Amino acid sequence: MALVPFFGMCFSVPLWDRVAPRVLGLPFNLFWLMAWLVLTPALMSIVYRIERKR
Amino acid sequence: MSPGTQALTIIFGIVALGSSIGFLAAKRGRVNLEEWAVAGRGLGLILVWILLAGETFTTFSVLGISGWVYSKGGPTLYVLVYLALGQIGVFFIGPTLWVLGRKFGMQTLGDFFAQRYGGRMLSATVALAGVVFLIVYLQLQLTGLGIIVEVASFERVGRTPAMLVSTAVVACFVLSSGVRGVVWVSVLKDFLLVAVAVIVGFGLPYINFGGIGPMFTALIKAKPDYLTMPGGTANLTHSWFISTVLVNSLFFTWPHFFGSMYTAKDGDTVRRNSVIMALYVIPLVLIIFAGCTAILICPGLANGDLALLTAVRKTFPPWLLGVIGGAGALTAMVPAAIQILSASTLLAKNVYRPFFAPEISDEGIGSVARFAVGVITVVALYLALNSSTTLVGLLILAYSGVAQFAPGIVLGITSRRVTGKGVLAGLLTGIAVAGFLTFTHRDPFLGLNAGFIGLAFNLLALAAVSSMTPLEPNGFDPPRAVARTPS
Repeated sequence: MALVPFFGMCFSVPLWDRVAPRVLGLPFNLFWLMAWLVLTPALMSIVYRIERKR
Repeated sequence: MSPGTQALTIIFGIVALGSSIGFLAAKRGRVNLEEWAVAGRGLGLILVWILLAGETFTTFSVLGISGWVYSKGGPTLYVLVYLALGQIGVFFIGPTLWVLGRKFGMQTLGDFFAQRYGGRMLSATVALAGVVFLIVYLQLQLTGLGIIVEVASFERVGRTPAMLVSTAVVACFVLSSGVRGVVWVSVLKDFLLVAVAVIVGFGLPYINFGGIGPMFTALIKAKPDYLTMPGGTANLTHSWFISTVLVNSLFFTWPHFFGSMYTAKDGDTVRRNSVIMALYVIPLVLIIFAGCTAILICPGLANGDLALLTAVRKTFPPWLLGVIGGAGALTAMVPAAIQILSASTLLAKNVYRPFFAPEISDEGIGSVARFAVGVITVVALYLALNSSTTLVGLLILAYSGVAQFAPGIVLGITSRRVTGKGVLAGLLTGIAVAGFLTFTHRDPFLGLNAGFIGLAFNLLALAAVSSMTPLEPNGFDPPRAVARTPS
């Protein structure tokens, strides 16, 4: 699960590195990364809960 | 008051406030090495967050990112990604490193290598390389500080006096209060930095273009390919992006970051901190908005690092430029303080003690470290005042250089088969390869970051030499007991 952000933000760069479509006025690549900056802590807090149970 | 005087007064006020917080935060009475270097390992979640954020978000975050957007465009996005992804690595190994740190009383990156692999050659090599990289990073902060004061004062105060005065202040509060003082200055600095990011990130596009959307529309119309990779550059492609993100996400190997993990009160604090850290990257997106606006409203600047401040000066009243300048100055001073502290502890504990004074007490080391503060500050200041092209190469090398510490750290806690000689061979090979590529202007090489190629050679050399040398005792034994994290 912790690897998901690596695919979302790093290895998949050719897929999201473009300007169109614009979302909320932002170029697509900036919007995509901003979304991941919020998603990553959310994912990691789930991982944290799972790890703590062990 | 003239605009320059207004802005200067506010900058001076903010820096004075920050410095007095630094002095007041010191514990009363004698400060021992443990308190000075790692705040007695007693900081809670919020303070550790602020300390680690304080050193991750440096003048580079403000001037450098906006400067990169201004001169290079799309490739700048790598910064957002590696800062967020690096925290995932910290999540998994941070707690283990913290537990080991307390168990064996480690305070520095050099202590880690000395404890795990024994001997003094490896840890001294790590310490010396760490000090060189830190000094180069430190001079970058000082140069940034000079630029901020120069532009914000409307060229009334030159770079040199600004650098001299503020560096002296930083060295003084490092000497008097150690890392605890730095944390409390960082509280003020982070608060101001976020406020500044919001003001410039929204303000610059709104005042000049009526909004962030219209600003981007204008920018895309003027320069359709600038915001994607390779943007304004020839060779910063997607393969460069991936390799650079991977190398830079090893930033926990920066000696000052490594040492700061030990200030936490427990391993869980380190882990929870890594979960929330990505949120702190969002203000940097706002700095990117500001940099994009600067491309449109102040084209043709020779030095991209001046882009943000020039745009701000064009758009906002002088007092606000003062607030931004003051926040920027603290943003340089906080990381500078941590870097000075970290480099001086490395020199005293991992180079001076093993080679020159094996019998010296911890108290004696504390005095040596304080003396080293002076030496390191003077060297960095000299370099910042005599900046050269070699220095730019050294700085690029510093980023890919610290990544070469990673195999020794990660394999040190996960594998029994690696040996000290293997790690040393790998480290030297990695730095040599990355250094060769950087200084002969072959970075990026075949589309890949020089540090990434260095890391590949590093691992090869490490594996080859480790398999040829006999198994060595592991300083962290018993390994099962330390691999577990505390509940």
